[in-house]
Amino acid sequence: MNIYLYILVMAVVTYLIRMLPLTLIKEKIENKFLQSFLYYIPYACLMAMTFPAVLFAAECIIAAVLGVAVAIFLALKGKGLVTVAVAASVTVFVVSLICNAAGLS
Amino acid sequence: MDKEFQVGVKDGIPIALGYFAVSFSLGITMVSAGITAFQGAVMSVTNLTSAGQFAGVKVIAAGGTLLEMILTQFIINLRYSLMSLSLSQKLEPKMPLWKKLIIAFGNTDEIFAMAMNHQRSLTLRYMVGLQCLPILGWTAGTFLGAVACDLMPKNVSVAMNVMLYGMFIAIVLPVAKKSKPVLIVASVAVFLSSCFRFVPFLRVISEGISIIICTVLAAALGAILFPVTDEKNIPSEEGMKKVDETDKAAKEGGAGE
Repeated sequence: MNIYLYILVMAVVTYLIRMLPLTLIKEKIENKFLQSFLYYIPYACLMAMTFPAVLFAAECIIAAVLGVAVAIFLALKGKGLVTVAVAASVTVFVVSLICNAAGLS
Repeated sequence: MDKEFQVGVKDGIPIALGYFAVSFSLGITMVSAGITAFQGAVMSVTNLTSAGQFAGVKVIAAGGTLLEMILTQFIINLRYSLMSLSLSQKLEPKMPLWKKLIIAFGNTDEIFAMAMNHQRSLTLRYMVGLQCLPILGWTAGTFLGAVACDLMPKNVSVAMNVMLYGMFIAIVLPVAKKSKPVLIVASVAVFLSSCFRFVPFLRVISEGISIIICTVLAAALGAILFPVTDEKNIPSEEGMKKVDETDKAAKEGGAGE
């Protein structure tokens, strides 16, 4: 299927979600379930997209596991987004080289 | 020059720097899904959403249906409706519809948080100023990431592909560390998504649909077990945290140069 068709659909849906409440709805959302549900969505969605997919994102699974371990460790220490991301990426790169050299991948 | 516009542009700088870094690795991910640099830039300039675009790229890579794409975007980006709703309360009185239509376009987590932090009621000039650099950073980052991906050796691009996952981990874990409900919701999501990957009869379900199911089930469970009490602060609290991170990321990025 044409990629631009996908992009158009994505853009329209996302814009409508942002635009309709801004222009049409006058009162606040009072429903506690809906509020809580919307609050939890980003966390649920980001983690569902990350795990277990990240474990298969590198050429060798050992590199991926170590990259994730480094990311989790640094994230828990409160490091910023870019630090965590770069550290995970460098770990994956270095361990993949070692894996390749050892013929593990 | 217009003062409101200038203030907006200045407020948008840290957001734009953070966006550049994130979208650079999004661009790399797109290339591995068969999307060109130009298509990636078009997607970024029209969508402006990290999680939504990432999920969208997965649907495209898997050759999913348009219905699947609509559902994925709807569920993942639904939180913006809550932000737009809060934002609508802070707009200058009697703002005409056409101005609202423009402002709605760039209402991302970080821009929303920055706007809610603004001392006065929001004008179109401030909002356009605030949005312009982040949109530029997001789009340019995607394009350059995709172009760089074609030029770099495969093992480098594979390693950089992992950056986006690293950022997702960095967004969720610090919150999960402080909030047990978020930790439980996140764990349930990981468990469910692992089931979709490893349990034989569930593996036939495409990735886009499985992300939707995992997200809805885990978030609904959280909403039932741990209803959020301080409803007024939900979006801005979460948004502010993200701006802090973007700020931090921007500073780190600047220090690294």
